Amino acid sequence: MRWIWIDKFTDFQSGVSATAIKNVSMAEEHLHDHFPAYPVMPASLIVEGMAQTAGILVGEARNFEEKVILAKVKQAKFLKEVRPGDQLQYDARIEQVSPQGAMTAGRVTVNGEPLAEIDIVFSHIDNNMSGLAFPEENFVFTEDFKSLLTTYNVSASTAASAQ
Amino acid sequence: MEMSRDEVYSKVKDVLVDALGVDDDEVTETATLQGDLGAESIDFLDIVFRLEKTFSIKIPRGELFPESIVSNPEYVEGGKLTAKGLSTLKAAMPHADFTDFEKDPDITRMPVLFTVKTIVNYLTTKMAA
Repeated sequence: MRWIWIDKFTDFQSGVSATAIKNVSMAEEHLHDHFPAYPVMPASLIVEGMAQTAGILVGEARNFEEKVILAKVKQAKFLKEVRPGDQLQYDARIEQVSPQGAMTAGRVTVNGEPLAEIDIVFSHIDNNMSGLAFPEENFVFTEDFKSLLTTYNVSASTAASAQ
Repeated sequence: MEMSRDEVYSKVKDVLVDALGVDDDEVTETATLQGDLGAESIDFLDIVFRLEKTFSIKIPRGELFPESIVSNPEYVEGGKLTAKGLSTLKAAMPHADFTDFEKDPDITRMPVLFTVKTIVNYLTTKMAA
């Protein structure tokens, strides 16, 4: 299984906001254990979906030069359960970005209904934690993540040329 | 924006209550962020962001919480700040109270400098500038 908890971007405003969707499927192994006969998407994975949406937004704002790490979940509130067949929409917005990191505000809807509010603080780790050295290569933004943006750019340009 | 010290203090208090999940009455002027309020290193980033937003200011890196001084080998000897290191830190942090720290400038005691008062002093000066 690949650790990608969003299926595609549906909107991406560089340095400002991003929207991604995720379709929840019974093909996901963990849903058979969480819980047997009553599958519910774990809230922690909804936080991960927001962290990926907002994290790619923050990374792209600096051309993926920074290693963007989730530092702190400022708040995460959930209103209901998410079941197989549901579609999640993640809306992330950059509130602040600095050389040290970024703060994002996020809302999640399920089938168009409000589901969660998840605000995150990201750290640009090379500029924090003085004294610690990290690998040269950007191990955060692998091709798996960047391909989501490539896919978005391709579909956005196809849509634009069709108009 | 003109703001009285009391107003600054009250807003700083709100920021710390939200950022650190502490109770209102735990936030006193002399409370240290790490020792008394349980802040971890990553909380400093969060606190700086929240202060910038609340007060509509920019806080340049190392201005409120100078960290580069203690990682400079020139200023540290045997785990303590040298006289030069101490005077450099004092110059970098006119907003902090050094009375206690000066007695034993062991770098592991740096957290005693980061009190609620240190933040309030810093912002009061910054807002008046």
